Amino acid sequence: MLVNELKKSFLISLWFMFLTFPIMVIRVNTVENIIQWRWANLFFVGIGSFVLSALWRYLIRRKEQGIKKTEVDGVARVTLSQRLLRERRFTIPALIVIAIVALAFPFVFSLYQTNIMITALIYVLLGLGLNIVVGVAGLLDLGYAAFYLVGAYSYALLNYHFGFGFWTVLGLGAGMAALFGIILGFPVLRLRGDYLAIVTLGFGEIIRLIMENWNEFSFGPSGIANIPRPGFFGVEMNFEQVTVYVYFLMIALSLFTIFVVNRLQNSRIGRAWIALREDEVACQAMGIDKRKTKLMAFALGATWAGFAGVVFAAKTTFINPASFTLWESINILCVVVLGGMGSIVGVIVGAFILILLPEYLRFLSEYRILAFGTVLVLMMVFRPGGIVETVRRTYQYEEADH
Amino acid sequence: MDMEPILDVKQLTMDFGGLRALDSVDLDVSQGEIVALIGPNGAGKTTFFNCITGIYDPTGGDIMITAPKNGRTQRINGIKPNLVTEKGLARTFQNIRLFQNMTVLENVMIGCHCRMKAGILGAVLRGISTRREEEAVIQKSYSILKKIGLEKYVNEFAKNLPYGAQRRLEIARAMATEPFMLLLDEPAAGMNPQETRELDELIVKICETEGISILLIEHDMKLVMSLSDRIFVMDYGKKIAQGTPAEIRKNPAVIKAYLGEEIDA
Repeated sequence: MLVNELKKSFLISLWFMFLTFPIMVIRVNTVENIIQWRWANLFFVGIGSFVLSALWRYLIRRKEQGIKKTEVDGVARVTLSQRLLRERRFTIPALIVIAIVALAFPFVFSLYQTNIMITALIYVLLGLGLNIVVGVAGLLDLGYAAFYLVGAYSYALLNYHFGFGFWTVLGLGAGMAALFGIILGFPVLRLRGDYLAIVTLGFGEIIRLIMENWNEFSFGPSGIANIPRPGFFGVEMNFEQVTVYVYFLMIALSLFTIFVVNRLQNSRIGRAWIALREDEVACQAMGIDKRKTKLMAFALGATWAGFAGVVFAAKTTFINPASFTLWESINILCVVVLGGMGSIVGVIVGAFILILLPEYLRFLSEYRILAFGTVLVLMMVFRPGGIVETVRRTYQYEEADH
Repeated sequence: MDMEPILDVKQLTMDFGGLRALDSVDLDVSQGEIVALIGPNGAGKTTFFNCITGIYDPTGGDIMITAPKNGRTQRINGIKPNLVTEKGLARTFQNIRLFQNMTVLENVMIGCHCRMKAGILGAVLRGISTRREEEAVIQKSYSILKKIGLEKYVNEFAKNLPYGAQRRLEIARAMATEPFMLLLDEPAAGMNPQETRELDELIVKICETEGISILLIEHDMKLVMSLSDRIFVMDYGKKIAQGTPAEIRKNPAVIKAYLGEEIDA
């Protein structure tokens, strides 16, 4: 068995050596008109692909055995992350540590680090919002950045034209985003799966392209500059203080989001979303208004993107449509999928990994996106449920009073 | 028996393009009755159910319901499935459509959805009324599960239930919507004789103790004959017979539909 597996890996490495031969071995030196044969590279490719392939096969086998084992036992395997989340003994100290780190962070680390943290927290907000739509209600939305854009432009434009302050627009921007969520929701009520993904993708691009081309309204690709940072009862603050202030603002906003999203998930509405994801027809037959439930998911999901957008505009003080491309939507979707669809802790972990990893992988320079892509592919193969697989708190019935 | 029908379907017609799946079908169910709808495969029974429960919008005819609670008669052609359920007609599906990744209790709680009120604000603030409602729903769901005999599975995921229990859970979920009438689409499909016998008892119990009338599609003739007060027979989208089990057993049109032309020898 082992020999067989190794033989397969060996053949794969041969195949790889053959495939990469032209680019890895032959090098044409056009200056001196000679061909260099780099045989050493062939050797490295062979060894590398052999090791990787063997490792790959080993991990796949292990995973399959794990699945087989669960089938035989009949009990769902509780992963380490799920166990940790359930243990109060573990969660309470962990929360305390996280709280201390979060409070001390801007005073211990540099301004640059704090800024990265703010970005990560913005993605926590975005991820949690999209999680309602994709993770809980099961509606694949590829145009989520559009709502983010709506939030950011709400602040920029309302401030530019009418001089509205940050705090006023924080609510208004979220409201605008929710409104756009409903506007998108109406035409896609009947769609699901791939079709829904395509339409939402189109919607996201439409919004961005309007902003890019409607110069009179949005100042086109040149964007809007000099957006004021958030104020605090008119107190004058220097750049450093403002950054720390925004950081704590984001912490507060994140906590608020976690609180609300958690409550929503464990409510009548949250149950309806999950039922909608499980089976649309049965859901309707059980008396759930599909229209209302879907629109609510879109609107509530978009609300958080609106909040995040307003903060983003205030933080960077400059926005243009290039910040809200399809890539942005996909990035947010990655946060949700990588972290674990439907799991709040998962999405938060996912946001931090997805934003912080590329930042701290900068020493890999141009290879970092490659490394990042590899990590994503490996994740999807070996942990398709995300880093923290959904530990949805199910309703339990304990017979106590009978 | 009350003579006023609670479900009165007149001349129901459903066309899919050029195909007439239902051709002027009449059917009525009275309060407290168990009515069976039978017919060979492809006769249009499930289409009939889908028309009544709002999944299809029928091309012609009338579907009238009279809720026993207030005695008001309404025409429910083409209204949305969730509204049909709200008005008191709940259904189960031929191919089981449970919410697989939810627990048994949660499945039943979903059934309670349309009788609950909590909105977004209620969910976020979780005030006293919301909490009370949630608690009441859990208790109600559990008591329904107890009636159906599924209480031992209460915290299991629906997908892990044995087949017969999944079929019963569908019934429990439908009952949670507080219907005055249950529409069961082949409730005994795939069940073994023991499970079928239990189902028979269960349906009679639901009808008698809960006062819920029942319309069911079924292929198991033994079950249909023992259970039903009246039987309607369909073939090729048309109603070919109606009557008591004894009458249907002897009806030549029914025998022909089931066994073919040359049986009369």
